[in-house]
Amino acid sequence: MHHVFYLLLRRLRTPIIVLITVYGISMVGLTLIPGRDDQGNIWYMDFFHAFYFVSFMGTTIGFGEIPYPFTPSQRLWVTFTVYASVVSWLYSIGTIFSLLQDANVRRLLKSTQFARRVNRLNQPFYIVCGYGVTGKRIVSQLVTHGIKTVVIDSSQQIIDELEADELSLSVPYLCEDAADPSVLNIAGVNSALCIGVLALTIDDHANLSIAINSKLVKPKRIVISRAQSKATTANLESFGTDLIIDPFETFADHLGLILQQPYKHIIHNLIVNPKHNVWMTPHQDTSGRWVVCGYRRMGKALHKMFKQFDIDVTFIEIDHDVYDVPEGTVFGTGTEAKTLLEADIESAVGVIAGTPDDADNLSIIITARQINPDLITVARQNKRGNKPVFKAAEVNIIMESGRIIANEIYMLLRTPLLNEFFRLAREQNEEWARNLIVRISETINHAEMDAWTITVNANDCIAAYDAVMDGFPVKLSHLYDNPRDRDAGLPTIPLLIKRGRTLSLLPQGAILLKPDDQILFCGQQSAQATMRWAINNHNAMRYIKSGRVEPDGLFWRWLHERREEKKNDTNISS
Amino acid sequence: MNTEKVVFAFFIVLALTLNFGFFLGDIDNPDHHNVYELFAAILISVIATVMKFGDRTHVGAVLLATSLVADLQLIFAAMLWGAATHVFEDGMTAATMASIVSLSAGAFLANLTSVILLIVEAVTLRH
Repeated sequence: MHHVFYLLLRRLRTPIIVLITVYGISMVGLTLIPGRDDQGNIWYMDFFHAFYFVSFMGTTIGFGEIPYPFTPSQRLWVTFTVYASVVSWLYSIGTIFSLLQDANVRRLLKSTQFARRVNRLNQPFYIVCGYGVTGKRIVSQLVTHGIKTVVIDSSQQIIDELEADELSLSVPYLCEDAADPSVLNIAGVNSALCIGVLALTIDDHANLSIAINSKLVKPKRIVISRAQSKATTANLESFGTDLIIDPFETFADHLGLILQQPYKHIIHNLIVNPKHNVWMTPHQDTSGRWVVCGYRRMGKALHKMFKQFDIDVTFIEIDHDVYDVPEGTVFGTGTEAKTLLEADIESAVGVIAGTPDDADNLSIIITARQINPDLITVARQNKRGNKPVFKAAEVNIIMESGRIIANEIYMLLRTPLLNEFFRLAREQNEEWARNLIVRISETINHAEMDAWTITVNANDCIAAYDAVMDGFPVKLSHLYDNPRDRDAGLPTIPLLIKRGRTLSLLPQGAILLKPDDQILFCGQQSAQATMRWAINNHNAMRYIKSGRVEPDGLFWRWLHERREEKKNDTNISS
Repeated sequence: MNTEKVVFAFFIVLALTLNFGFFLGDIDNPDHHNVYELFAAILISVIATVMKFGDRTHVGAVLLATSLVADLQLIFAAMLWGAATHVFEDGMTAATMASIVSLSAGAFLANLTSVILLIVEAVTLRH
C-alpha cells in the first residue's frame, strides 16, 4: 500500500509546488495592487479576500469581482493570474491522469489490491501458480468445494480469462512471475492460512523456484509441482516436494494399468473421476504389438512402460536427429499410410498418436483405422478446445495432460489417503479388484459418487470421538450406520483405515476405533453429508450406539425413567 | 554537490527564518508582526512539506511530520487573523494577536526540529 502511495506523492511533487507558487504569487499581487471601493477611496484587498478570490478564479468557477468592481490595474493582474492558474491546474491534472495510466504505477496498484484481498482471506487457501488448463481445472474444482485459492500467472491474457470466468468464490489473482519470491510473498506464502502451493506453470525452472521458495518458508506445507524433465523431477524430490507430476509418466502409468490390470484401472477411474466414463471394457483383448507415433517426452515414457510389461512396440518418429531411438523405429510422419504400413500397423493391436500436434494426431488415428479397423486407438490431445473433434473421431482413449495432472492433484488435496489406497491396491490381484468393483457399483447404485476421509478427533466427528474417549467400544460400522435406521447402514464403503503408520485395506466394520484413526470412505455423495451430521451429533450417535431414541432434556428424561420403572414393575408383578 | 539537496535545504531553512521573523517582536502588538511575513512563511512551509513527500526513509518521515505540524500551526494562525479582522465584532485585539503569534511560535519550534534533523542527516552523511 505504502509503496504506491509514496510513489504517487513523489511524482506529484512538482505539480503541487507549481500550484502553490502560482496561488501564492496571485494572492500577493492582489493584496499589493490598489483598488477603489464604492465611495472611490483607495482600498487594498486583504489576504482573506485574496485567497477567496483566487480560489474560485483558479478553478474557473468565477463569482465575479468582489467585494468592489476591480480597477484596470487589478484586471490586468487578474488576467495574468487566470491563465497562470488554469495552466497549472491543467498541468497537475494531466500529471495525475498520466500517473494513473503509467504501467508501473498500475502494476503497483494491482499488486497492492491483490495483497489486500489475500490479507482479507480468513479461511485456509491454496496458492495456484499458473492458470493454464490444469490450473483452471483445479481452481474450479476447489472453488466448487468451497476451498479458497489465490492465483498467480505471468500472462495478462490468461489473467483476463480468469477475470471472465465466473467462479462462485472470489479468487484473488495477480499477473506477475511467481518465480519471484516477493510475488509469492504478497500472495500469502508466509500466511498461516496458506495450506499449499501448486506450481503448475509451463516453465520447469519457474516451478522449481516456486517449490523451493515455498518449502523454505514452511517445510511442512504441501507443495505440488508439475515437472517435464527428469532432472527437474529429481531436483524437486531432493528438497521434499510432496507431489511431482509428470503428465506423460502419469499417462504411461495409467495406460499400463489399463493394459495389464483393467479392473484396478476401473476402480481408479471410478473414484478419481466419477463423472468420466470408463475408457475400455476389460474384456477387450489388449495383448499384442503397439505402434506409437512420436518418440519425444511422451514416447519415452511409454517406451519405459512397454518395456516394463514386456510388450512389443514400434515407434514412428519424424525427426531423424532424436537420439537413442529404440531399434526398429520407422522414420517419417505417421499421418501417411506408407509409414504406418512400414511400421506394420496391420498386425498391431493398438496405435498411440502422441505428437504435439492435434491435427496430426487425429490424422494418424483416422489413417491407421482405415488400414486396420480393429485397432485400439489412443490419442494425445494438446489443446483443450479440440475435445469435440477427438470425441467425434471416436478415439478409444484420449490423453489430455492438463486433465491428468488436475485429477491427480485434486485427489491428493481432497483426500490424501486416496494415494495410499491406490498404492496398496496395486499390490492386490485382479480378482480382488473385480470384487471391489462389484461392491462399489452395488453401493453407489448409479448415484453421484465421492470419496472422503474421516479422522477420529474432536474436529471431524465430535460425537464419535467423545464416545471413544468415554471408553465406549465404538466400532467402525458405527460411523456408517444410518442415523435414521441403524440396521440399514449408509451407502458407503470404508476403503482404508490408517492407524499410526499401519494401513489396512477394506477394514471390517467390527474394528474398534481409536483416537486419531483416519478412515477413507467412498460412497454416494449424499451419504457423506449424512455421515458427517451423524458423527457430530450426540443424539444421533447415542441412537446408533444403543439402537434407542433416548429422550433429550431433563423433563423428558425424567418422564422416560418413570415409564421405564413402571414397565419394570408390571413385568415383575406379572 | 546535489542541486536537489540545495533546493530542499533552502526551503526548509527559509521556512524557519521567515517563521522566526514573523514571531519576533512584542507578542500582543500587531505593529510588530507583518501579515506578508506570515503569508510567506505559510507558502514556504507548504512548499517545503510537498518537497518532503515520497521520502521513504525514517528521517524523511519525521521531517514530513514536523513540516505538517508547522503548516497546521501557521494555517490556524492565518485563519485566526482573517477571522479577527473580518468576523469577530471587536476586530483585532491584543489577546487575538498574542494567540496568533504564539501559534506561530509553535510552528517555529516544529521548523527548528526540521532544520536540526536536516543538519543531523548532513553530518552523519559526511562520516
